[in-house]
Amino acid sequence: MRALHAPHPDRYVYGILLLLVVLVPTLNLGVSESSALHVSTYTVTLLGKYLCYALLALSVDLVWGFGGILSLGHGAFFALGGYAMGMYLMRQIGARGVYGNAELPDFMVFLNWQELPLAWWGFASFPYAMAMVMLVPGVLAGVFGYFAFRSRVTGVYLSIITQALTYALLLAFFRNEMGFGGNNGLTDFKDILGFELAASTTRIALFVASVLALALAYGGCRALVNSKFGRVLVAVRDAESRARFIGYKVEHYKLWVFSASAVLAGIAGALYVPQVGIINPGEFSPLNSIELVIWVAVGGRGTLYGALLGAFVVNFAKTWFTGALPELWLFVLGAMFVLVTLLIPRGIAGYLGKEKST
Amino acid sequence: MNAPDHPARAPTWWDEFTHAGSDNVGFSSRVGDGTLYVENISVSFDGFRALNELTLYIERGELRCIIGPNGAGKSTMMDVITGKTRPDSGRAWFGPQLNLLKMSEPDIAEAGIGRKFQKPTVFEQLPVATNLELAMRAAKGVWHSLRARLDSATLDRIAETLALVGLTAQREQRAGALSHGQKQWLEIGMLLMQEPQLLLIDEPVAGMTHQETERTAELLVALAGQRSVVVVEHDMEFVRSIARTVTVLHEGHVLAEGSMHDVQNDARVREVYLGA
Repeated sequence: MRALHAPHPDRYVYGILLLLVVLVPTLNLGVSESSALHVSTYTVTLLGKYLCYALLALSVDLVWGFGGILSLGHGAFFALGGYAMGMYLMRQIGARGVYGNAELPDFMVFLNWQELPLAWWGFASFPYAMAMVMLVPGVLAGVFGYFAFRSRVTGVYLSIITQALTYALLLAFFRNEMGFGGNNGLTDFKDILGFELAASTTRIALFVASVLALALAYGGCRALVNSKFGRVLVAVRDAESRARFIGYKVEHYKLWVFSASAVLAGIAGALYVPQVGIINPGEFSPLNSIELVIWVAVGGRGTLYGALLGAFVVNFAKTWFTGALPELWLFVLGAMFVLVTLLIPRGIAGYLGKEKST
Repeated sequence: MNAPDHPARAPTWWDEFTHAGSDNVGFSSRVGDGTLYVENISVSFDGFRALNELTLYIERGELRCIIGPNGAGKSTMMDVITGKTRPDSGRAWFGPQLNLLKMSEPDIAEAGIGRKFQKPTVFEQLPVATNLELAMRAAKGVWHSLRARLDSATLDRIAETLALVGLTAQREQRAGALSHGQKQWLEIGMLLMQEPQLLLIDEPVAGMTHQETERTAELLVALAGQRSVVVVEHDMEFVRSIARTVTVLHEGHVLAEGSMHDVQNDARVREVYLGA
C-alpha cells in the first residue's frame, strides 16, 4: 500500500516524461543554437536512445521483477524489432543506394543476389514492418516460452537457455547467407515515411514517439501488474507450486507475460534503430542482455519506475565513462552491480522509496 | 454435483472409466464429489520404493488421519493425488469421473482437491487479503485474471475467511511478515477459499501454540462432514483429539487402518511406529 503523504512514483514518471516531451522539442527547435538553453540534436538523439533503453528495461522488469523469469536474452527481442525496422528503412533507400538498385539493398547487390529474399517481402510497407516489429519477437518468445515453460525449465536453467537463444541469433545474423547484411548489419538509412532521418525535425519526431511509446507502455504495464493477472504473476514468482495447487496454470501466465515483454522489447528496438542509424548483429550479443538486466537490478526491480531509473542512470554513466575513461567502464559497471546487490538489494528505487515492492 | 453412492471398497465401475479419459467439460462440471480412490499405487525414485501398492479409500465427509514414520510415503502419496508426481502403476480417482493420474495440478485443484504443504507456503510479498483473493474458487485463466474485478461478493468472502482464521487485523499486512502459526492459518484460509471437496493437509499444527492447535482441531472437525479431510500429522496428541479413522503408512503401503485405539494396540504398528 502506498503512503498517503507522498505522491506515487508514477506521478514523477509521467511528470518527467511530460516535461521531456514539451521542453526538449522547444529547446531544440525553438531556441537559437547560440543560446545556452539550446538543446542540440545530438542530445535529443542521445535522450531518445535512453528512452528506448528505458522501454527495454521496462520489458525486462515485467518478466523478471514481477514474473520472476530472469531472461538473459531480452536483447534478442530488442534486436529483432530493430532489424524489422531496419529492413523497412533499407527498402526506403530504394535507388539511392551506391549501386542504384531500386529493388535490392546494396549488400544484396554486392553478394550478386538477383531477387529479394522471401523474408524481405512486404517490408517496403510501413504498417507491415511495424506489425513485424511486434510479431517477430512476440512469436519467437511465444514458441520459445511454450517449450521452456511447458518443460518447467526455471531459474538459472531458463536464464542460460535465453542466453543461448540470443547467442544463436548472433551467430546466425553474422552470416551473409541469412540475408540480413551479415556482420555489417543494416545502415545508411535515408528517410522514414518520407522524412529525412538526418533532419532535426525528424529526430524530434522520433524522440516524441519514444516518449509516447514509453508512457503508453508504462501505463499498460502498470495496469497489468495492478490487475489480478499481476498479482498472480507475483504469486507465481514467490511460490510457484502453491500457485499451481490453487489452480493456476502457471505456464500460461509465464508465456503471456514473456511474449508481451518481448513485444515491448521489439518496439524499443524499432524506435532505437532510426535514431542511432544502424542495426548489426552486435545487438544480439549476450553481453547486451546481461547489461540490461544490470540496469533493472541497479534501478530496482519489481517497481517498473526502478527499471526506467536504472536505464537512465547506468546509461548516463556509460556515456560519461566511455567518453572520459573508456577502459574503466566495464569495471564500473561490474562494481555498480556488485555494490547494488550487496548494499541495496532492492535497487535505487527500493532504497529511495519506503514503498513496498510487489 | 450429485454422484451416486459407491461402495467405497468395491469399485466395480472402475474399468469402465479407465478408458473414458478426463476431457475438460468445463469449470463447474469437473468437480469431484469428495470420495477418493487410490488403488495399488507404486512410485519409485532411483530404485527407492516410496509407495508400494498403496491402496486407500476416503469417503465423502470423512476425516482421516494418516500417520507413519519418516519415509513412510505420506508426502509422496499427496504428491500423487495432487498431480505433482506420476506413479509407476496404480489408479487414483476422485469421485467416479475424474482420473487424477491424467490431470495436471491446476486441473486437480479446480476439481476440488486442496492441499496444504508441510512448510507453510503463502505468497510472502502479497498482502494477506490478496493471498485469499488469489486462492478463491473462480475461473483462473489468464483472460479471466486480466478482467477480474474485486467485487463485493469476493470481499465479503475474504472478510469472512479472515475472521475465521483470525487474521482480520493482518488483512493488509504482507504475508511474509506473519508468524509461523499465522502463516499456517493463512494457508488453511486459502484452502477454504478454494472450496475444495477434499482437503489434504500436511502437518497443520507444526509450529502452532497449544491454543492454536486446539482451534485447528476444532476447525478440521467442523469441516469434515461437508468436505473430506485427510490430515498427515506427527503430533499424536492432535491425532488422538480429532481422529475417527487412522491409517498407518509404513514403507509405502498401509500397515494398519482403524480407530486410534485399534491402531495403537496393533502389534505391527507398535513395532514399527510407536517403537514399543
